[in-house]
Amino acid sequence: MSKTYYDPADLRKFGNISEWNEELGAKFFDYYGKVFEEGALSAREKSLIALAVSHVVQCPYCIDAYTKDGLQRGIEKEEMMEAVHVGAAIKSGATLVHGVQMMNKYEKLSM
Amino acid sequence: MALLKSLAARKDDLSSPANQLEFLSNGVFKKGKLPLFKDKIAQTNHFPLKPKKLEILQLNLGYMCNQVCSHCHVDAGPDRKEIMTKETMLQCLEVIRTTGAHTLDLTGGAPEMNPNFRWFVEEASKAGIKDFIVRSNLTIILANKKYHDLPEFFKKHKVHVVSSLPFYKRDKTDKQRGDGVFDKSIKALQMLNAVGYSQEGTGLKLDLVYNPSGAFLPTDQNLLENDFKVALKEDFNIDFNNLFAITNLPISRFLEYLIASENYEDYMYALVDAYNPTAVENVMCTNTISISWDGWLYDCDFNQMLELKVASKVKHISQYNEDLLNDRDIIISQHCYGCTAGAGSSCQGSVA
Ligand code: SF4
Ligand code: SF4
Repeated sequence: MSKTYYDPADLRKFGNISEWNEELGAKFFDYYGKVFEEGALSAREKSLIALAVSHVVQCPYCIDAYTKDGLQRGIEKEEMMEAVHVGAAIKSGATLVHGVQMMNKYEKLSM
Repeated sequence: MALLKSLAARKDDLSSPANQLEFLSNGVFKKGKLPLFKDKIAQTNHFPLKPKKLEILQLNLGYMCNQVCSHCHVDAGPDRKEIMTKETMLQCLEVIRTTGAHTLDLTGGAPEMNPNFRWFVEEASKAGIKDFIVRSNLTIILANKKYHDLPEFFKKHKVHVVSSLPFYKRDKTDKQRGDGVFDKSIKALQMLNAVGYSQEGTGLKLDLVYNPSGAFLPTDQNLLENDFKVALKEDFNIDFNNLFAITNLPISRFLEYLIASENYEDYMYALVDAYNPTAVENVMCTNTISISWDGWLYDCDFNQMLELKVASKVKHISQYNEDLLNDRDIIISQHCYGCTAGAGSSCQGSVA
């Protein structure tokens, strides 16, 4: 057994999830593939969104995958870092906007 | 990072083709985690791999180069002394005059550094070959005063110039090819445009070669070509015809880089994952013969660097016989996965 929760080599085995449920696995990978095709958004834009979201959901596999995908597409490191900041800004904003809830509750409970 | 010396000059273990081939057959391939190339192509009945009609003669004029790029599959550099002699060139000229191939492709090293380069181009251009390619690394044009008139020389002989520019931005280019390479390459491209290359009505063709600056595969060639066109035009007013996206093959200095950066296994998995049976039909060795500086014949420039001579009775330019050669089996190994990944890769870019 591996001694860490995450092993970079496991990313290659992602497809194996279909072995225990072929139907749902196939549906997922089909959906996933379609999502990333050129559409109203370019595949390049989608790759940057995926990179930002990977950071927000803190998935090390996705971060590896979309950093590499970005390099392949000629996306530059400045663009990648800005995308990560967009993710971080939304995440911190989402935390901070709950401050309003705290303030509301505080006011409500206070005499 | 660009290097200072070739593997050969450093006497590195990997400078030996036998060691490279052994490495490529061990590890993940020996353990059966990844299939051998031979077994992979056998699944679609492509083994043994056979040539189709010969279209391209590729001549390597020598391994000497003014650059020492970190990804170089030739292990070229200023310290390499292997150079084609005039005698071998004469033998090549005989073949060029009679070949059925429509394209002649001169490569190196920096082919322009061969002392008989200009004489050879003059002679070869008389042979009536349809497409006459010189692979120029661009910086050679600015490396020394004696090379400054190369654009004029190429124009005079209607040479089709194919040049490597790893990226349209300075940092990635310089990391792979050395400090200052980007600025010199841009200047050289402008000089080629100035004499008429890629300008309407001149018929002078200038193509660019892109190869990834790291352990990843190239993306779609057309998308990249578009990015390059827009960026080079906007930033430097440079025009070019086509972009060829080439996958780095896991041999020589690129193999050294993959091992040292601990990317080797992942890279091989990526190549095998991206295996495309359609690309196999059109890999470069199916329509090319590669001739080394000393006149030996190979299935491709990569096999030349691995010292895998053609499996034919005819092994040297002095015995050249196209019919006999075309009957051979192509020699393959795991490095061939670099030619069959995704849209495939050859000296003319994607193949599928
Ligand atoms: S310019 Fe070409 S031949 Fe010279 S070192 Fe770079 S990749 Fe090798
Ligand atoms: S490396 Fe050479 S022999 Fe192997 S597939 Fe590519 S062109 Fe053919």
